[in-house]
Amino acid sequence: MNRVATTRAWLRRNLFSDVFSGLTTLLLLAGGVHWLPGLIDWVLLQAVFTPDAAACEAVDHAGACWGVVAEKYRFILFGRYPYAEQWRPLLATTLLLLVIVASGLRLLACGPLLAAWLLALPAFFVLMGGGYFGLTAVGSDLWGGLPLTLLLATMGMLLALPLAVLVALGRQSSLPLPRALCTVYVELVRGVPLISVLFLASFLFPIILPQGSSVDVLLRVQGGIVLFAAAYLSETIRGGLQAVPGGQHDAAAALGLGRWQAMRWIILPQALRAVIPSVMNSAVSIFKDTSLVTVVSLYELTGALSLALAGDAEWRSFHLEGYLFIGLIYWIGCYAMSRFSRTLELEGGLQRKSLQGLG
Amino acid sequence: MADFRHAAFATPLLAGGLLAGLWWLLDVTAANMHERGIRSGFGFLSDPAGFGIGESLLPFDSADSTLWALAAGLANTLRVALPAIVFSTLLGTLIGLGRLSPNLLLRGLCAVYVETLRNVPLLLHLLAWYFVVTDLLPPASDALQLAPHVFLGKSGLALPWPGGDSGLFDLPARGEMGIVGGAVLTPEFLALFLGLTLYTAAYVAETVRAGIQSVPRGQSDAGLALGLTRARLFRLVLLPQALRSIIPPLTNQHLSLTKNASLAVAIGYPDLVSVANTTLNQTGRAAECIALIMAVYLILSILTAWLSAWLERRTGRWAER
Repeated sequence: MNRVATTRAWLRRNLFSDVFSGLTTLLLLAGGVHWLPGLIDWVLLQAVFTPDAAACEAVDHAGACWGVVAEKYRFILFGRYPYAEQWRPLLATTLLLLVIVASGLRLLACGPLLAAWLLALPAFFVLMGGGYFGLTAVGSDLWGGLPLTLLLATMGMLLALPLAVLVALGRQSSLPLPRALCTVYVELVRGVPLISVLFLASFLFPIILPQGSSVDVLLRVQGGIVLFAAAYLSETIRGGLQAVPGGQHDAAAALGLGRWQAMRWIILPQALRAVIPSVMNSAVSIFKDTSLVTVVSLYELTGALSLALAGDAEWRSFHLEGYLFIGLIYWIGCYAMSRFSRTLELEGGLQRKSLQGLG
Repeated sequence: MADFRHAAFATPLLAGGLLAGLWWLLDVTAANMHERGIRSGFGFLSDPAGFGIGESLLPFDSADSTLWALAAGLANTLRVALPAIVFSTLLGTLIGLGRLSPNLLLRGLCAVYVETLRNVPLLLHLLAWYFVVTDLLPPASDALQLAPHVFLGKSGLALPWPGGDSGLFDLPARGEMGIVGGAVLTPEFLALFLGLTLYTAAYVAETVRAGIQSVPRGQSDAGLALGLTRARLFRLVLLPQALRSIIPPLTNQHLSLTKNASLAVAIGYPDLVSVANTTLNQTGRAAECIALIMAVYLILSILTAWLSAWLERRTGRWAER
């Protein structure tokens, strides 16, 4: 078959398979011709890239004012963190991101990876908080922007996972009391919006905790996020536990393993492996949900942007460009995570297939 | 046997620990509240609210009781959530079907929609829409005319509405100071409605796509072999089977949309959470206000769960027919 014929066959199959498909193609092409030039104009051709408020004003929204990002990016990325010290959140964020990416791409073996995490997390807190090695102390009320978003999401996942495993095991317990407690916790948290949990953490924790033991708002909100995430994660993990075939329990018992031993060495590893893709989906949700802490006055990425632009009469009319900029940051994070989860799902499928082949 | 012995010890121990913990917590809380002069109880609900509500489905005045203010907030939550549920389901279904289309362009466009919208936090969608409506649209004096008697401007969207003095419909028209007459959807409502609808549609699309793909391929091959057209194949063979796996996650999407409507507080739409937040700041009754929010949402969740179970039974029967 010559090239013209193959092209024609391809066009026919993908764009003009029947009348309806053909009409759709024409309609979408017309729409593209109508809208695309304007979009390209706005994003690129007429856009202002220099931090020049007068030039942005002159274009009057016919082109994007990316200058607002150029002017404000340090405030958007690091919030109210002292300007001269902003290399610290930059370094801390880079370190944490490197460890996360290394975990995702499996660049390190299990041992070194664990060591990297155990080094990166304290390093993150030391760099951000200061007070050691001659770094000036910076209170957590001044932390903001991307490092805060990353911190809330990462610690949210890391702390919620073990809690979720416990709760999932509790819901399967043969003892009625723990089972009831875990069920009530999970259903209660899953039934209410995250905002109400954040309100709880920010308004109610101070009243509940003993006088004098004031816990700062970042820690309280982090606690709220962990409690919220753990409820959803525990349902995912419970699904994984139920998916492990009953024969595995019997086989473990036949080998003389006790209930906890069987759980630790036979059931949990299989259950957790099976749910990694869904756990990643929860991670995406938590990453996006961190934006809500703006409502209780923590200035992570979204809050930092509002803080950067709302008070500045010169730049406030270019919020949209700012939203698009941080939207892109969120998008990259979420897209990378969902891609990762999809790869794992495919791998899991292949593994199961090859195991079945062996069986 | 081992379990029995275990349980005999563990349950009373756990129950004892739990009670002790609760008692300690209540003790500390009571001491704290006493020290800070915080009173407790739900008595404040019958006091006059003392604040206004930007827009309300229920007639509300700042002299009305706080309970009524919260009811107006709940009505506002439902006013935005119900239309958003309907529109996001319609749009999401279309996009989900589009992702399965044989047409490459349509498939690609729908995939781009889903991957772009659901990978950005909803709060960002809402803030951006709110900014677009309140800052980038023309002022009310030269509002855009979208259709006869439909105007869109900074002050919101003016629509014809049944009733009014002259005839069947109250028609908005250009006046000296902007748009007069008709029903006006405020910028807050518009931003929340648009944000919720477009964001949730991406999730609905994925649910619909996964549901249809869960029907075994042999079913559509068999249908085509029987000489069914694509449309009839879809209506008679694929849809009834797909609905079974679509409806449970779909009701979950609807429930999370309703919970997500609580983000209204960020753009100043007076929904339940927003009103409760104002009440909290005015009265200092944090525990009571948060408990109220949670109780209302829990009731909504339970109602939705029942509705979902009922729908599942219905569609199950329909599919078996």
